Amino acid sequence: MLMTADMAYDTGKAQTKRLARRVQRDRKAVTDGQDMTDQTAWMLAVRDARDKAAFARLFDFYAPRLKGFVMRGGMDAALAEEIVQDVMLTVWHKAAQFDPERAQVSGWIYQITRNRQIDTIRRTGRAMPEELKHEDDHEPDAGQVLAMEQEAGKLKQALSRLKPEQRAMIEKAYLGDLTHQEIRDQTGLPLGTIKSRIRLGLDRLRHELKELREP
Amino acid sequence: MSEITHHIPEPMLAAYAAGTLPPVFETVVATHVSMCATCRAGMQAHEMAGGAVLEEGGAVDLSDALKADVLALLDGPAPEDRPAPKRKGIYPGPVMAALKNREPRWKSLGMGVRQSILMDGPDGSLRLLYIPPGRAVPDHGHNGIEMTLVLQGSFSDETGAFGVGDLEVADEELDHTPVAGEGLPCICLAATDAPLRFHSVLPRLLQPLFRI
Ligand SMILES: [Zn+2]
Repeated sequence: MLMTADMAYDTGKAQTKRLARRVQRDRKAVTDGQDMTDQTAWMLAVRDARDKAAFARLFDFYAPRLKGFVMRGGMDAALAEEIVQDVMLTVWHKAAQFDPERAQVSGWIYQITRNRQIDTIRRTGRAMPEELKHEDDHEPDAGQVLAMEQEAGKLKQALSRLKPEQRAMIEKAYLGDLTHQEIRDQTGLPLGTIKSRIRLGLDRLRHELKELREP
Repeated sequence: MSEITHHIPEPMLAAYAAGTLPPVFETVVATHVSMCATCRAGMQAHEMAGGAVLEEGGAVDLSDALKADVLALLDGPAPEDRPAPKRKGIYPGPVMAALKNREPRWKSLGMGVRQSILMDGPDGSLRLLYIPPGRAVPDHGHNGIEMTLVLQGSFSDETGAFGVGDLEVADEELDHTPVAGEGLPCICLAATDAPLRFHSVLPRLLQPLFRI
């Protein structure tokens, strides 16, 4: 459909209004939740205020880690930087899809990275679930945002306490170095640990997801 | 809608999050997740674990220009987006994507059973199966893993009853005979990583012809 300048202007206005509402209530969520990580706060500033300084902080934190992550998966430095560039630009352009009630910044970036890597390997791209969206007037639940952060913290602790071999195996699995068959056969792989570590977060998330509608 | 009781096995969900499932299984997982809040939460848990691995692993220095290059591109046009597929009728988004947004093209397998092939290649096959009420899917075993997800109606076999959203994952050890329930015809999304071996109805010689 062609869009006239007026229509584009009206759409733009509506978007700005929606954005302003969202910034307001998420600021509230931010002030309510004193424990929100820097990464989440930066990401919300990027999402709601298109804050380039906050994006630069996110870049400083994630880009070197991302490069390390991709290179550990076997990619050379130059290609790894191409991926880093694409992923970080996606973080900027698709910031509206970030939902702190459902995802951690690092988990969200992990998922974008895997999509990007699969898209380079396969012609058809990755099969993705339908997206779920909050109602426009949805009030973010600061408790849920915090719960996600806490669970992520516990998960990191649990991973750091694993035996070195187990930790190495987990790393291999999430780097994409293990096939499904290999994950199945790895009886020592503590998938259960991961799941039980975040059970509380999962229960809340399940509840949260039931209230979402399809776009 | 009744509660979904048969979910994605944990290793498969982890492999999906890590992006290592073959496309035929990946499509079934993405379809089930589209229908199931429990597995969506589980998938996001695995993404969170992937995020922890990403965050806690070692960082590598960037080349000098990278940050400035990326910051300079922020005001540029957003890269073209592959829009997320939308559900149509009983077919969730990922099935519509595999159908390239078209209607299924049903081919008869005899006895009222029909199939529409969505993907077929060395990594496995993905199809929609249409089974009239009360009719059995021809008795078959399989070489590898077979995933069957109910989109409409129901079926049951030696292992239990499966309704809309339920997923059966069978390996080579299970030689089962799914029978469609009464009511609506059973429509399933089925993926295998190897050709099915039908024991009856179709002689083995005909299998390549029908791509079963
Ligand atoms: Zn499920």
